Amino acid sequence: MNFETTIGLEVHVEMKTNSKIFSPSPVQFGSEPNANTNVIDWGYPGVLPSTNKGVVENGIRAALALHAEIEPHQHFDRKNYFYPDNPKAYQISQSVSPLGHDGWVEIDVDGEKKKIGIAEMHIEEDAGKNTHSPNGYSYVDLNRQGTPLIEIVSKPDISSPDEAYAYLEALRERIQFTGISDVKMEEGSMRVDVNISIRPVGSDKYGTKTELKNLNSFNYVRKGLLFEEQRQQRVLMSGGEIGQETRRYDETTGQTILMRVKEGSDDYRYFPEPDLPSLEISEDWVKEIGDTMPQMPNNRRDRYVNELGLTEYDAMVLTQTKEMSDFFEATVADGADAKLASNYLQGDVNAYLNDEQVDLAATKLTPANLSGMIKLIDDGTISSKMAKKVFKGIVAGENPAEYVKAHGLVQLSDPAQLQPIIDEILANNEQSVTDFKNGKDRAVGFLVGQIMKQTKGQANPQVVNQLLMKSLQAL
Amino acid sequence: MASQIDEQQVQHVASLAKLKFTDEELSEFTPQLESIIDLFETLEKVDTTGVEPMTSATDRVNVMREDVAVNSHQRDALLKNAPDAEDGYIKVPAIIDESGDAE
Repeated sequence: MNFETTIGLEVHVEMKTNSKIFSPSPVQFGSEPNANTNVIDWGYPGVLPSTNKGVVENGIRAALALHAEIEPHQHFDRKNYFYPDNPKAYQISQSVSPLGHDGWVEIDVDGEKKKIGIAEMHIEEDAGKNTHSPNGYSYVDLNRQGTPLIEIVSKPDISSPDEAYAYLEALRERIQFTGISDVKMEEGSMRVDVNISIRPVGSDKYGTKTELKNLNSFNYVRKGLLFEEQRQQRVLMSGGEIGQETRRYDETTGQTILMRVKEGSDDYRYFPEPDLPSLEISEDWVKEIGDTMPQMPNNRRDRYVNELGLTEYDAMVLTQTKEMSDFFEATVADGADAKLASNYLQGDVNAYLNDEQVDLAATKLTPANLSGMIKLIDDGTISSKMAKKVFKGIVAGENPAEYVKAHGLVQLSDPAQLQPIIDEILANNEQSVTDFKNGKDRAVGFLVGQIMKQTKGQANPQVVNQLLMKSLQAL
Repeated sequence: MASQIDEQQVQHVASLAKLKFTDEELSEFTPQLESIIDLFETLEKVDTTGVEPMTSATDRVNVMREDVAVNSHQRDALLKNAPDAEDGYIKVPAIIDESGDAE
């Protein structure tokens, strides 16, 4: 029997705002436990939450990036459940009127393009964090409580683990380029819940789905889904039934393990949040936000190829992160040659970032200094070999022109200065001159080497070559 | 009025709220909840055809705060109201079920 697979993904993205979604407490990682909390975050009686305008704007940015339709009349709802990381015993979310609906992203699996629909996306608050201790206690830190989230729910369009992986990549890329989140799974700013069901090909009813937890990277999502897809097939082929279960992915064995059987659907008893006035999203507001949105990666790639003359490959590498893409654009805007800027960013800069294990933002390198160095190469002031040294200066935050001056790296390009040196070398190496005249081209290389040695590597090789050939032919 | 809720449903609602009732409490609360539900039955008799569902008690919309962080520096005071605290954390009996993580 042949089966077809249906996968659903619920993705939570943490926004990097200054303050929380419903309280002015700071959104900040790595603080002392509970340092970023106030009475609202703790759910004290009588407190009044207030909506962070920046979160609504970020939600609109995400909706635009995911081609979603934006709901003009929105309100918040309470989702009720009891858990120590949720001090109010409800989470403020959007159930009836999610911020956006019917969006899509395009994925590419082995050259085959497909649109994956987004059923809905809404803004809500994150819960706190529990740490479990073997001493019989759990420890609650409410710093994360109230951190703004967007939840993005896919339509049942994903039909393989590879498509799920590509969907996550596309989602991560587009959200990242809006600038509203770091979207890093390893840091918890992107979290993925997955469900999967299979059914015989041609069946008009979806199979029973299982949910997978503990998928801490895109790769684990793919592997977990692959395992689960095959497990469900084995169960059905042997005449069994799929239970409505939550299963945990085990990273070491690559298997999914039963966590619990779900009985009935969750009963969250949603009702409208009475403490928060509703939202009216005008077309003008959406337009205003859309007009100031950073350009999306696919549009940037088109521009890099069509306007800046880069290859598709270069454009792809440069748009892997918004940080890199913005840096490249600022370098080019400062007057650097696009191809050289692209080469340096993919070469020396990337190597430096890998060696130092840092992000571009954490370095002292600026677009102006990179562009300054590239311009010095372009106008012949320094050779690309000298640029290796200058690069060490600019990653330390130094101005390239000043670095060149301070280290005497200026390239010798003036024929009036080079000619006497060339004459001297020719006079001292008669054998080589004779060799050249006898057709031994190798003699030229030797002579160039002598000149470079004499000038401590500062002579401009192109100018030296020209002058040397002229001198040799004149002899 | 006809009974709208039985003891089993009260037990279910209680378990959602992580509460445990004795049999005596159950037989005490069930009629109380019943009378509350009866009240809503009465309210439901009002013809609301064509009336938009109300989600807020005020007509004000778009009341929002600028995204500016303000630290309350209230942690120590807040922790005093926690049943137990340690190293800046709220200390609670061990939690085994992970189902409550924000969904």
